[in-house]
Amino acid sequence: MDLGAMISEAMDWASDARNVVFLVIALVMVGAAVLVVTSRNVVHAALMLMLTLAGSAGLFLMLGAEFVAWTLVLVYLGAVIVLFLFGIMITRAPTGRDPVRLDHKRRWPAAAVAVATFVTIVSTTTTAFRGAEIGEEVTSTDLLGDVLFTRFVIPFEAVSFLLLAVLIGGIVIARRDPK
Amino acid sequence: MIVNQFLVLAAALFSLGVYGVMVRRNAVLVLLSVELMLAAVNINLVAFGAHLQDTLVSGQVFALFVLAVAAAEVGVGLAIIVLIFRNRQSANVDELDLMRW
Repeated sequence: MDLGAMISEAMDWASDARNVVFLVIALVMVGAAVLVVTSRNVVHAALMLMLTLAGSAGLFLMLGAEFVAWTLVLVYLGAVIVLFLFGIMITRAPTGRDPVRLDHKRRWPAAAVAVATFVTIVSTTTTAFRGAEIGEEVTSTDLLGDVLFTRFVIPFEAVSFLLLAVLIGGIVIARRDPK
Repeated sequence: MIVNQFLVLAAALFSLGVYGVMVRRNAVLVLLSVELMLAAVNINLVAFGAHLQDTLVSGQVFALFVLAVAAAEVGVGLAIIVLIFRNRQSANVDELDLMRW
């Protein structure tokens, strides 16, 4: 593909308002994710993760997956972030700027591995799905619930059993043994 | 909207999570990076589900399962971290060298 065709294709892509919204959300998400892995303040890292997950909930709304988006908001922004903040407080992680380093010294090899992962994933997936469009249809919660309780009922039960086991296991692991 | 834009975004989030898992010393921050990778996977699942438009909404159903399992992982992971902190007064992963050869 020559340069002119690529530019006109990019102009076509940017002329759609939804793509501009996507671009804004995606830039916020990537910026917040960079802060999650580089921030020197643990609480800021958790709050930036919250921002990234809120952005992905927005993307799910754009993709018509409303139930998944609101589940994400309830489960993650509500419960999991609170768990993380409790974990940070209990383990007395440095909440301010501390002399204790939060990162390893050798971060360049890790950055090289991350860039290699990115290049590999993008080059394999985007060539396979070049030009594949995404439909407009909004999935109703009605349909999702119907499928979840007919076709996927056994995995659903397995997941609920897993959550019960995790609840009990977490209590057993974290409780203080009576002397 | 095309599928590729979501794939590129998810790949960026996933590799940032990989970087965080490798470079962070605090175990809570390692768990945060794992959550970043799971969020990237969820974006891919829902985007492919919207692309395929199958009658069983498998992409979204699997995204819900990933959400539930990720919440379970956070619960057990934080319990383990609290236990390690109580025993060793530190939650740094590079000080956990008990099983090092």
